[in-house]
This record gives sequence, structure tokens and C-alpha cells, in this order.
Amino acid sequence: MLSRSRLSLALLLAPALLWLGALIVLPHVELAILSLRKMVGPRDYAFSLTQYATFFTEPLYWHVFVRTALMSLGATLLTLLLAFPIAWCIAKIARGRASSALFTLCLIPFWVSETVRTLGWMILLRQSGVLPALLVRLGVTTVPVEMLYHDATILVGLVYGSLLFMLIPLVSSLESLDNALIEAAYDLGAGGFATLRTIVIPHAAPGITAGCIVVFMLTIGNYLTPTLLGGKNSEWFTEQIYTQFITRFNWEQGAAFGFLLLGLSTTIVVVGLRVTGQRFGDVMRRT
Amino acid sequence: MALDAVSKSFAEHRAVDAVSFSVERGSFFSILGPSGCGKTTLLRMIAGFVAPDSGTIAIGGRNMHAVAPNRRPVNMVFQQLALFPMMSVGENVAFGLARRGVPRTERTRRSHAMLERVGLADAAGKRVDELSGGQRQRVAIARSLVLEPTLLLLDEPLGALDLKLREHMKIELKQLQAAFGTTFVYITHDQSEALVLSDHVGVMNRGRFEQLGTPQDLYYRPATPFVAGFVGANNRIRGRVTAKNGAVVEITTAEGWVLHGHGHSGGNLSVGDAVEAFVRPEAATLARTERDLSTAEPHHTGKVRSLLFDGSNSSVLVGERDTGREFRIALPQTGRLADLKPSETVVFSFDPARALCFPAPA
Repeated sequence: MLSRSRLSLALLLAPALLWLGALIVLPHVELAILSLRKMVGPRDYAFSLTQYATFFTEPLYWHVFVRTALMSLGATLLTLLLAFPIAWCIAKIARGRASSALFTLCLIPFWVSETVRTLGWMILLRQSGVLPALLVRLGVTTVPVEMLYHDATILVGLVYGSLLFMLIPLVSSLESLDNALIEAAYDLGAGGFATLRTIVIPHAAPGITAGCIVVFMLTIGNYLTPTLLGGKNSEWFTEQIYTQFITRFNWEQGAAFGFLLLGLSTTIVVVGLRVTGQRFGDVMRRT
Repeated sequence: MALDAVSKSFAEHRAVDAVSFSVERGSFFSILGPSGCGKTTLLRMIAGFVAPDSGTIAIGGRNMHAVAPNRRPVNMVFQQLALFPMMSVGENVAFGLARRGVPRTERTRRSHAMLERVGLADAAGKRVDELSGGQRQRVAIARSLVLEPTLLLLDEPLGALDLKLREHMKIELKQLQAAFGTTFVYITHDQSEALVLSDHVGVMNRGRFEQLGTPQDLYYRPATPFVAGFVGANNRIRGRVTAKNGAVVEITTAEGWVLHGHGHSGGNLSVGDAVEAFVRPEAATLARTERDLSTAEPHHTGKVRSLLFDGSNSSVLVGERDTGREFRIALPQTGRLADLKPSETVVFSFDPARALCFPAPA
């Protein structure tokens, strides 16, 4: 009996394990090997840490690396601030059909491909686009201003693209909050802010953390949005990786950057969990 | 606390309809009614979660109009208790004090003292889910009482407990109320809770108070057929008045059973009126032979249909001999007639003064 249930478990897990093994573990092993060697002659490679050393000695790479991390953290925080009131409306204020209608409204943009959505932002924000023309018409500016290719533009695009991934865990964690707890806090003398701080946020903490992890990971690894909305100035770390692999044909360097990015995002998530006192297992159960 | 003509409607439904009453300081007042009678709405208006459409609520002589729940001298014990799971028991009790800006050491001292008074001295560091149902109950009450409210509202707090614990908590609640001297307003659909606990009870039905009085008043002198039917067990018999002799009326049921009752509050019943008579199971005497019955009371004969054994609350369902009309009679507590068998023939009688007759609703 036991061996049979084990067999069926193994069969059920097989596709997932194959997927993980063939598409994630194997390429990473290959990349790890690539990142740890250097070319010493034509078709002749030797073990070396040069690729990693280059990263630490070349200030540009450093700069882009830190900038990507900070911008991603900023985008995550903005997404949280924006998503929280929306999640509150969906989970606590709207009822029944209104609530699912609101949720659908948040979902609809995601039926369109990310590229098309980002191009939409470009149509709105470019110098000859809709928003600059509107500002001229309203007399706010005399000439159309270029609204693309700023850091703020990148943030707008990133927040817009990540909102849903923050909303889902937030809504589900707020929905599970018993309204009586909020009323009880209110009844015991707490105002709106005190209730938010002492009751709502502690209850929603695993959902908040889950949303933040997902959004942060999506953002720091995003390539399309920073490239399209930030143009040449975007200086996003994924672009550096792309450049090494595709433009420079320096796979060794690209692989090393890939691992550095993986290490960076993992470190930030671990630190974040530590600081907020959350456990990874609890958080993942909420997602 | 005093309520004056308080009303609240939801859409077309009038949940609370011009309710007025006052509660004396330090007393235990219950609002008793079936579910959906508007009692929860009434309580939420007192707490401040719902604003009345009209009427005024005054607590301690102060009008509570537009005063938010967190500013009222009122605290509430919620139906599901609503203890904060993210905090320890001690933090739960100290929550209200913290919101008032009481310093931490003072807060800890007062919450510990309060936990001690409810018999949970060593529970302060525990998590809420480590406590039993009864202990949680006490924490919920302690959490409110530590704020020394003028008024404590309790929304069916015993509803979630099992029977044994409910019986126990009933006594404990009454003792707590006596010990603290706080005014309690308690809502429940369980008449036994209301009767046992309260100094005064308001019976509520369809948004209105049917009767307001002491538990004894409600039980022995119900003012309306609803109260007679809702509070305690009662035999409800419909019929028509066929004769009248002072306050005593002769009633004949549709099946032709003739019995005697007393008109409720004076003799405003006249021959031909449709009435409802209420006879409590313990008001009737049951015997095997007519010799054992009082000669002053009219006698009836019937057949035992079924025995409802429930310890000291045991009763028998008797079918009246000629009409088959069902009548419930309490078994004497002495154990006499404990050997009664179904389909045995028995006789019974009751004092017409204890058969209250109300004009039947059309």
C-alpha cells in the first residue's frame, strides 16, 4: 500500500520535478560553470574568479546593481501603498458582486500582453503623446515635455505591472480578518490609525510580505519595462546581463552577473523577512 | 442609561421601532427575543456602531448622538468574543488602556489585577488560542471591564459554548456583575439566560418591546400572547368564549373541548370572542384518579401520548379524551407517577386563574 501511494506521489510530482530539473537546475549548473571560468586562448578555458572580480572592480556595474536594488525596493513599497487601500475596498467595503467586479477590473489589464501594456504607456507619455499634449492644452506647460525615459516613468510602469500580484495576497489576507476584531478595537477606544497599526497590519503581515516578495522578485528581474520606459538611461541590471550575453557575446561575464542578481534578490528577501519577523513557510502558505 | 423612542430601518424593514426604556445604574438588564427581532441592531446602536434614524440614547445622563464608539463610556463583549489573536492575553486586556495612553507599567499592573479578579492570574503571557472557551469568555469580559465602563454590553456571549459550560458561565457572569457593580445590558434569545441573570428583562419582537419587567413578571404575568408563548413552556389553546362568570371565562375549542380560564388584565373579554389561553405545564395537576385532584378545579380526562423525560423538567404529553387536543403537563418532582406508561388513562386539572386568556389575533 505504502509503496503504491509513494509511486503515485512520485508520478504526480514527476512533471514538476522534470520542469525544475530541466529548465531551472540544469541551466543554472551550466551557468555556474560558465561564470567560474575564463578564456585563456582560442577554445581554451581555465578556472577563474575573474568574472566576479570584474564586477567588484568596475564601478559602473556596482552602480547599476545598487540602483536596480533600490529602485525595485521603491517600486515594491509604492505598489504596497497603492494596493493596500484597493485591497481594503475589495475585501472590506465592497460586498458580493461589487467586490468581484472590482477585482475583475484590476485583472482586465493583465489580459493584454506586457509588451502591449508598456507600449500603451509610451503612447501616453512620449513627447508627442497624449499626456504632454493635454498638459499644453490645459496651459500647464508651454511646450510638450518628454515624460518617457525618467526614473519616475520606470517606477510608474513597474508599479502598474506589479499591482495585481500585490493585490491577490493582500485581498485574501484582509478577507480573513474578522470584522468583529476591527469593531472590538474601535469599541475599546482605538481610532482608525491605531486599529490599522495594532490589528489590521499584524493580521495581514504574512499577506503583505508575500506580496512584497513576489513584486520585488518580478521587479528586480524585469527587463522589458525598464528598457522600454527608461530607454538608454534605465541602467537596469538585467540589461547588463543581456548586453553581456547578446551584444558582447561574453557568456562568462553574463553568467556571473546572473548569479550576482540571484544572490542579491535572495539576500534582500531574507533580510526583509528577518526585519519584519516573518517566517518564509507562513508567508508562502498565504500566497 | 435611557433610550427614548429609538428607531432604525433597513430599506423597507423596520428593525427597531420606537423603543424606549431605561436601565438603572448597577443593574443587569436583558433584552430577550427571537433571532431577527432587532435586538442586535438595538445593541449596536447603544454601542455606537449603528446610528438611530430617530430617537435619543443617553448614557449616564449624556446624549450619545454623534459620539463615536471609541468615545462612548460603553464597552461590548462580542458574540464571537473577538479577542485579538495576534496578541497575548495580557496585551488583549491592556489594549484599551494603551489606547487611552496609560503608561506601560501602570497598564501591566491594572491588566494583571483584572485578570486576577476573573481568576486568570497566570494566563497573561498565554496566547488566546491556548485558552478554553470559558477562559476566553472571562478574558473578553476582563478586556472590557478593565476600562471601567459605565455600561457593559454583551451580545449573546454564551451562544458559542456547549451546554454544560453555558450553565456554569451563567452563574459566573451573575457573580462578576455583582462583584463589579457595572451596569450590564445583555442580549440573548435564550429565555433561561435572561431569567436567571437579569434584574429586568425586555422582551422584544419585530422591533418592539412586548413587555418590560422582572423575570417573575414575565413568567407569571405575561402582558401579551407573544411573551406568554416565548418565555417558558406553555400550552397554547385557541378557542371561543362560550360563557362568562366574572373574571372566569369558559372557552370551547374548535374540537369542542371546554375549559376555564381567566381573562388577562380585567374582564374585557365577552362571549363569542376568539381567545388564546396559556396554561403552564407545571400549573396543571396530574393524577390517576379524580380522588387525587382538587375538587375546586374543573377536571379533565386524557390519555398519555408520550413521556418526555428530562430529569427535573420531565413532562407528559396528554391527549384530551374526547377531542384529542394535546396538553403538556409537568411530572411531579416527588417521583410520584414516574411509572406512567404511554396510552394510560389519566385525569388532570388546573386553576382557571392560571390559565391566562388573551384576545386571539385576527
